[in-house]
Amino acid sequence: MTGARARTLSPSGRVGLAMLVVYLVVGVLGPWIAPYDLGVAHVELGHQFEPASAAHWLGTDASGRDTLSQLLWGARSALTLSIVVVAISSTIGLALGTAAGWLGGAVDEVVMRIVDVLMAFPGILLNIAIVATVSHPGVPLTIAALCANGWVGYARVARGQVLGLRERDHVTAAVALGASNRRVMWIHLVPNLLGPAMVQMSFGLGSVILIEASLAFLGIGPQLDYTWGAMLDQARNFLWNTSWVRIYAVVPGLAITWVVLGANLFGDGLRDRLDPRQRGRG
Amino acid sequence: MSIGSFLLRRLGSGALAILGVSILTFAFLHLVPGDPVDHLAGGDAPPGMRLKIEHCMGLDKPLPLQFLGFLGHVVDGTLGNQCKNGDPSGPSVAARIADVMPHTLWLAVCGMIVALVLALPLGVVAAVRRGSWTDTLATTFSLTGISIPQMLFAPLLILWGFITLGWFPGPTEVGPRAIVLPALAVGTHLMAMLARMTRSSLVEVLGEDYVRTARAKGVPEGRVIAIHALRNALLPVITIAGLQFGSLLSGAIIIENVFSRPGLGATLVEAIRERNYPVVQGAVLVIAAIYVVVNMAVDLAYGLADPRIRRA
Repeated sequence: MTGARARTLSPSGRVGLAMLVVYLVVGVLGPWIAPYDLGVAHVELGHQFEPASAAHWLGTDASGRDTLSQLLWGARSALTLSIVVVAISSTIGLALGTAAGWLGGAVDEVVMRIVDVLMAFPGILLNIAIVATVSHPGVPLTIAALCANGWVGYARVARGQVLGLRERDHVTAAVALGASNRRVMWIHLVPNLLGPAMVQMSFGLGSVILIEASLAFLGIGPQLDYTWGAMLDQARNFLWNTSWVRIYAVVPGLAITWVVLGANLFGDGLRDRLDPRQRGRG
Repeated sequence: MSIGSFLLRRLGSGALAILGVSILTFAFLHLVPGDPVDHLAGGDAPPGMRLKIEHCMGLDKPLPLQFLGFLGHVVDGTLGNQCKNGDPSGPSVAARIADVMPHTLWLAVCGMIVALVLALPLGVVAAVRRGSWTDTLATTFSLTGISIPQMLFAPLLILWGFITLGWFPGPTEVGPRAIVLPALAVGTHLMAMLARMTRSSLVEVLGEDYVRTARAKGVPEGRVIAIHALRNALLPVITIAGLQFGSLLSGAIIIENVFSRPGLGATLVEAIRERNYPVVQGAVLVIAAIYVVVNMAVDLAYGLADPRIRRA
């Protein structure tokens, strides 16, 4: 494979990127393009479970509210939550992982022991335990719960990369020239691990949305009005009814699938680009 | 490193991790607002009952003693008492976990079988035809399995297998046929990681010299892949499968929820909701221990299967 092609994403990676861009656009514009306001004032009991129509493209739910509008508002909450959680956990994880890998010794030991503990604590159960501490968890608590173990993956990636980078010539040269630890980490290490970190962020974006939806589905998520998980939770009560109602049940699930699949395809594509051995005819 | 010292080191760090998890859980339970006695006794319980529950849980003792008490219950194997109605001679936490463990284990085994049956062919096809449309299709299909939320997929399975076709029993039912739909749900979810690992590992092995040698001496391509390459390529797949199996043993919460199946995950979620300290603490300990043991077993199996690893 030629050098020029090696710099481009694989077709599936590009598909993933396109899917994420759609999600981004819908998430940003969602509330503005939503055809209906979703406040309590707009509950229309006369319009429960309507099939798709010109007025309600995806029908209505148990309270007569527009499904499409809920979906669009849900995209906004999912986007906000996933970006904030990925930003916070990647910052914490990359900082701790880089420090652990570069400084070694006691720092490494402490960070890795914490990582061990958090890995041994079953993922989503820790999130559930944190969110369940209060009866009406808000968004900040949910973010904290998702970050509490979300940083672990980034720390492992960063540490692994740094251990490999330690012996590189440019790092040795910087140390020989008297660069401080801080300078080595910022200038010589962090830029070199942003690639693998991007891969992890892409996967992280998908898993944040899945976990949030799981929490909402179990009835312990943030008490936001419209999240895809809450829609799925509401939907399971009438999944068995008439076939039109099932639209409401399927739509948020498909939206989640769209985002997570996009994130995974993009992450895979990025990884292949960074690691040519894994690529097609490598 | 010899196997002995390797084991000893892993046992040490494993024990440390389990202790860390226990301390974290304990601290967490006592930091969060809310009184466990309220939950267990109910709001209008007589004061005597409240005292009994408090005493049974050891909540009337200082915190360090409470933690030591928990460690004592780990040693004697009961993991403490469930303290329903404050009865200290009632069923132990270990008994409650032992009740649900067979369901969890059965689901884990069946789900893993489904996952491997789906993932191995997908991964092999993708690797052999890498870069082609078949590869893209197989990879996207297996990725869909991990992308589609179980909250959607599991109900759809019920809709299809139980309501539309009527072939399989619905939620809450037990019996050998009742495992089919939950196992399918679990399996499709695990498939993606396994197929991805099979693909990338087989791609790498197919590029190695000994595979070229096999081809050069005229071994048919099917045999090269099935016998020569796949055997080595499966090692990292087994690692992932082992780790996934470990996480399945700590409970498939959503699946258990949708199918109303008993299990370790469901038990823990229930215990967290009702603030039953002894059950939460005990179940978390069991899950952490499973994780550590499975990890160790996977590393050990890997070292035994591939002598090249041990030198590293």
